[in-house]
Amino acid sequence: MKKTAFNAIHKNFGAKLVEFAGYEMPVQYEGIINEHKAVRESVGVFDVSHMGEVQIHGKDALAFVQKLTTNDVSQLSKGRVQYSSMCLPDGGMVDDLLVYHCGDYFMLVINASNIEKDIKWMKENVFGDVTIKDISDETSLLAVQGRNSLATLQKLTETDLSKIEYYNFEFGKIAGQNVIISHTGYTGEKVCFEIYSSSDVAKSEALWNAIFSAGAEFNIKPIGLGARDTLRLEYAFRLYGNDMDETIHPLEAGLAWITKLDKGTFNGSQAIVKAKEEGLKRKLVGFVVEDKIARHGQDVYAGDIKVGYVASGAPSPMLGKNIGLAYVATGYNKLGSDIEIDVRGRRIKAKIVKTPFL
Amino acid sequence: MKIPENLRYTKEHEYVLLEGNTAIVGVTDYAQSELGDIIYIDFTSSAGDVVKAGDIIGSIEAVKTVSEIFSPVSGKIAEVNSDINDKASVVNEDPYGAGWLFKIELSDSSEIDGLLNPTAYSELLGA
Repeated sequence: MKKTAFNAIHKNFGAKLVEFAGYEMPVQYEGIINEHKAVRESVGVFDVSHMGEVQIHGKDALAFVQKLTTNDVSQLSKGRVQYSSMCLPDGGMVDDLLVYHCGDYFMLVINASNIEKDIKWMKENVFGDVTIKDISDETSLLAVQGRNSLATLQKLTETDLSKIEYYNFEFGKIAGQNVIISHTGYTGEKVCFEIYSSSDVAKSEALWNAIFSAGAEFNIKPIGLGARDTLRLEYAFRLYGNDMDETIHPLEAGLAWITKLDKGTFNGSQAIVKAKEEGLKRKLVGFVVEDKIARHGQDVYAGDIKVGYVASGAPSPMLGKNIGLAYVATGYNKLGSDIEIDVRGRRIKAKIVKTPFL
Repeated sequence: MKIPENLRYTKEHEYVLLEGNTAIVGVTDYAQSELGDIIYIDFTSSAGDVVKAGDIIGSIEAVKTVSEIFSPVSGKIAEVNSDINDKASVVNEDPYGAGWLFKIELSDSSEIDGLLNPTAYSELLGA
């Protein structure tokens, strides 16, 4: 099992460690609900170094990324980030990702569980003057999220963090180390940063310790993957493997806003256009369920008719309700509709609601 | 992990506290720690139901996972802990006390001998 540079730190914090995407990762420290609230109320730090980072160099890098991804890369300029996805020729989603415009190259940030598959897919699609450089193993990634994340990190850098707009980034220094400071996150918090740094253990630990010293006055806490999931779900951020996979195309996943069908052809574009013309057969909807937690894979019913399945489900610590996302057949996906979910043999009432949940 | 000396244990990480012919059943400290934050306790059996050892009588819903509640012994359910309906986190905080799950009147007290003693349970946990 692979370890991130923060593995010893997680153990010192008493984390419960689990295998995730081939890495030993912290699923929780003191408890998912308290960690969740720490991010919503102050600031928390996630080790997400298992994520993959791939640089795309060469004269044809823009054309390549444009063909590979669904969003319009020509709209990006240096220092901007774009949420996007990669599709198969049939429109099925290979992965969702972030595209960083770094000037003379791009950086793609991909899901840990898909690194091998994605890089293989990129190499199969490569053309012209393009070099694909996997820097995942040499890169640490910390997400510092929550309203006090800016005040915490500002103590450690000359870069004026308040000037970095949402979904923008800068190359800078934090605690003396060369890093990418990105105003992005997977928690829904508006004040949120992701710090890409060297995966050298001594440097990574020094960076972590500097951030925790700076954040001590805000009661900064380490946050595990468990709370990462509940935090993202409150904002209905999709999770690959649950809400997206190779059988689902981005329009079904509610990701039309990152699928620019007018930008020219790209991997999957023809299939997606065709699916759109024929009418979508199902859509991802949000639901609230009483007294039970719906889980991935459970069947969704409208009366006696099976109309879909649960993609994600969890309690919402902020709402005190149980929320989720489900794929529901077109015609049964109207806001306010009553549905039922088969929770281990029992039909539980749920209602389709708008997202984000918060 | 707390493993009180006065209790018996199961491989499913439940404990039994014997009071006369009644067993008070709950989950162990290890179990609550592995489950993480507990959200609901859901009983599918209720007081008066007759159950056999190993029967599933409900479930524990945590944020990340769900776990079944087994009856470690045979008998008649005397009471389920209704105080934890609205505050399931008590099972995390005090699994051996206020977070008990149900009481059962034993139909065969010899079944207790088949349960793990604290040393055996401790070995099961690899402690």
